[in-house]
Amino acid sequence: MNLPIVVLIPLLGAPLAAWVARYGRLNAAWMAGALAALALGLLIPAKLGVFRGETLVQTIPWMPELGLNLAFRLDGLGMLFAILILVIGLLVILYARYYLGEADCTGRFFAYLLLFMGSMLGIVLSENILMLLMFWEMTSLSSFLLISYWQYRSDARNGARMALTVTGLGGLALLGGFLLLGDIAGSYELSAILTQGDLIRAHPLYTPMLVLILLGAFTKSAQFPFHFWLPQAMAAPTPVSAYLHSATMVKAGVFLLARLFPVLSGTHEWAYLVMGAGLATLLIGAYFALFQHDLKGLLAYSTISHLGLITLLFGIGTPLAAVAGVFHIINHATFKASLFMAAGIIDHECGTRDMRRINGLWRFMPYTATLAMVAAAAMAGVPLFNGFLSKEMFFGEAVNFARDSIWVWFFPGVVALAGVLAVAYSLRFGHDVFFNGEPVDLPRTPHEPPRWMQVPVEILVAICLLVGIAPAWTVAPLLQVGVAGMLQETPPYYSLSVWHGFNAAVIMSIVALVGGVLLYLVRRPLLALGDRWHGLLDAPAAYRWLLRQLVALADAVTRRLDIGSQQRLLAVFVITAVAAGAAGIIPPHVPITGPAPMTLPDLVSIAVAITLVLAAFTAALIHQRRLESLIVLGALGLFVSLIFVKFSAPDLALTQLSVEIVTIVLLLLAMNFLPRTTPVETDKAMRLRHFLIALGAGAGSGILAWAVLTRPQASISRFFVEQSVPGGGGTNVVNVILVDFRGFDTLGEITVLALAALGIYALLEDLRLPPPPLDSAGRRWNWDLHPPIMAALVRLLLPLALLVSVFIFLRGHNLPGGGFIAGLVTAVALIVQYLTNGVAWTTARMPRNLHPIIAAGLLIAVGTGVVSMALGYPFLTSAFTHVHWPFADFELASAMAFDLGVYLVVVGATLLILVHMGLMGGASQPADPDPACRAD
Amino acid sequence: MEALLAGIIACLTGCGVYLLLRAQTFPVVLGLTFLSYAVNLFLFATGRLIVGQPAVISDAATGYADPLPQALVLTAIVIAFAMTAFVIMLALKARAELGSDHVDGLAAADDRDHDREVGP
Repeated sequence: MNLPIVVLIPLLGAPLAAWVARYGRLNAAWMAGALAALALGLLIPAKLGVFRGETLVQTIPWMPELGLNLAFRLDGLGMLFAILILVIGLLVILYARYYLGEADCTGRFFAYLLLFMGSMLGIVLSENILMLLMFWEMTSLSSFLLISYWQYRSDARNGARMALTVTGLGGLALLGGFLLLGDIAGSYELSAILTQGDLIRAHPLYTPMLVLILLGAFTKSAQFPFHFWLPQAMAAPTPVSAYLHSATMVKAGVFLLARLFPVLSGTHEWAYLVMGAGLATLLIGAYFALFQHDLKGLLAYSTISHLGLITLLFGIGTPLAAVAGVFHIINHATFKASLFMAAGIIDHECGTRDMRRINGLWRFMPYTATLAMVAAAAMAGVPLFNGFLSKEMFFGEAVNFARDSIWVWFFPGVVALAGVLAVAYSLRFGHDVFFNGEPVDLPRTPHEPPRWMQVPVEILVAICLLVGIAPAWTVAPLLQVGVAGMLQETPPYYSLSVWHGFNAAVIMSIVALVGGVLLYLVRRPLLALGDRWHGLLDAPAAYRWLLRQLVALADAVTRRLDIGSQQRLLAVFVITAVAAGAAGIIPPHVPITGPAPMTLPDLVSIAVAITLVLAAFTAALIHQRRLESLIVLGALGLFVSLIFVKFSAPDLALTQLSVEIVTIVLLLLAMNFLPRTTPVETDKAMRLRHFLIALGAGAGSGILAWAVLTRPQASISRFFVEQSVPGGGGTNVVNVILVDFRGFDTLGEITVLALAALGIYALLEDLRLPPPPLDSAGRRWNWDLHPPIMAALVRLLLPLALLVSVFIFLRGHNLPGGGFIAGLVTAVALIVQYLTNGVAWTTARMPRNLHPIIAAGLLIAVGTGVVSMALGYPFLTSAFTHVHWPFADFELASAMAFDLGVYLVVVGATLLILVHMGLMGGASQPADPDPACRAD
Repeated sequence: MEALLAGIIACLTGCGVYLLLRAQTFPVVLGLTFLSYAVNLFLFATGRLIVGQPAVISDAATGYADPLPQALVLTAIVIAFAMTAFVIMLALKARAELGSDHVDGLAAADDRDHDREVGP
């Protein structure tokens, strides 16, 4: 299982790199380099198989029911990219070690870089497309962190934000596309998807799916009209640009095109969309590259142009065009990474990247200049450099494609024009910077950089040359398996030699070279013209305008809905809910009343129902008088528990009964610190509106309940009833569901309860609200806070109450009862002690700190689950056994332990809430009764 | 019987929503409690109305009520209590920090009348 490990090494290594940087700023670089080398080494054994034509798939099931597996795949295409990512990653790490200044935090930089490397490896090694998407988003996030590495610079922050917005938008579209793709193919695994090209292309949802996936790919690969984020991202440190914006991240988009090429290509939609975007990007990128004055800006637009070239080749869709595209991916990565590094060196040495000021650097750094010019020649497509080979293939494919179409001259002409522009901007990089007069007013005097900073450039330039001169001896095997992986079949024959005889492609190359030189010669008036036109085609400004409009719209909507009034918001919420519900039944597609037979009410039920309805209306009507309405509320709760009794739910009745008591005590306590009455709201119209909303909500829920109740029931509950005794060892099915079948749910619920209690504890910390000195009738409180007879009686009752709760707990598995109810009963019994004997007396006899009880409960509940795991069963599997006692036979289930956990959490949480609330006013009441009162 | 329960749910929801829309915290908490009754009863009702057949396995039983909604509602009752407690605590906190029991924290005119008896 080395593929997941290869991906995990950089991801897990990221915090490690940040950590070692504490002990020396360069440690992070060594750590990052070692981890990248380790990942590369681990990939080697798998590589051998891939070169034999095998596809390695390693799967760890995660949620197979949802089609989610941690599935990794290594075929030629993935391997080609993995090698690019790791090798160029290593070189960039070496380069960055010298590039970063003393003030830059190396730990953060290399941690982000490793995070990005791992995410990128994840993309190219994913077998499952949902996992691929996850890594895709991780590259967006980690590139955001890398671009904004110099956080104090506003251009870095803005560029990072723009990159994240655009690529994040594409990621969302891609998610939609992948879900459609998985739905069409019936699987999210690439192995299954890649064999179903015909089915997918013929599917009616093919076009929307294609558009969504292309949106993802085009935003990532900076294709027109989403190209504008890439030049803005040049605010990143140069190693980041060299890595992300030449070799890896922007290649993720073309990787995706290549990955899904076998299933998506070959249709008119594919051809028009992909070729259209590619051609536009190729031209626009090349055109703007020529007019940049920023060295990195030139490289950024040139990258856009080259990505357009690759996209265009994939759009052509023939196997030979695919070969040219993959070849150009390799070549572009090598020459562009080295050019970025050279630009970084120049920036580093000169203190500026403005080409109007950087001139004649040949005198200062001849060696770096040579390296940079070789790479620039490769970018221009000069023979004997690697860029020439793939460009020539590209020209050839363009001619082949156009031969049978109406574009026979137009298409090759446009392509050749892009070639002319490419030669011109490459010349500008090579000539303008290193010759062309003297430097103008440089902040620093440039000289050659540290030796080791040149080494990565040297290696990349050497690759450019070797591949350019002897392609068959160097890149051929990698290209062959890469293309085979992309096409999922053996690629057609192609020749990698430098000279193919005099053909159309050679003519186009010559035209490009000669035209480019001529264009460069007239650059001065051209650039002046470009400066004047600059700003007319400002894509970032358009983007910002769009964003401002969006924010303004959102603002307007929010301001209309949210005027800072909870009443208003809740009204909108309830109206929406009612309207959504009403939309489902008006006009009625099915009758509201279902076919199930109804039962006739008996007199007692009618009486209870009428009382309950009257009580509810009373409570709502007199809600201004809080104490009275609270008393009515308590009565309501009791009636609700009567309903549970009537309809065969004794457990619910017991729970409701005990919760009702606790709730009323809680609200009474709270009322002590709140005004006694609610002022009458003067706005009659609003009250009428609220009344109508309430009427709508009530009617809606009533109709819904009626519709449910009059329909026959189809439930999964038979399983629980049948399995309760043989599977769970208890006859009380409700309790068995709680502690056994759905034990995981219950664990979640007691966790929520514990969290609520802790949250309340935190809220109450340092909260002091003095209780009012007078009662609601303006009288002083009675000084006799704890009447002795009542206190004595309640103390006597405590053991009895506790006994009852033990009884309820023990019988819970077989008869109504259980941990929840027993816990509530215990809590009520203890709360009564607090109420009658006072907090001081009771806390002196009780554990003061209730947190350990809650913690113990949670630990016991989790512990029962862990024990079953330790024994080799799934989490929370229960076991039970039959026990013979002299007096009785009963089942002893491990779920009882879980129920004990429930019990402890309920007791602890309830007491914590109530006791701390009671303590809020200082003591429960003045500890020392006012002597004046006593005199009364 | 079905109509009775549906009517009860409708009435509890209506009263709950009306209280929820009040401007002071305490009625809002009361409204939430009303709503939790209504919701619990509704969830419970999805198991249909079965009289006299609790879900306790025995040889004498002729049938069983649906235990699943019961189990769901049982925990829902306890969680609703925790939620009520949390909300009322937020109300107290707001009262302590803002000196008002208005839901939007407005310095309400009623504060002057704090603790004053309002006539019947």
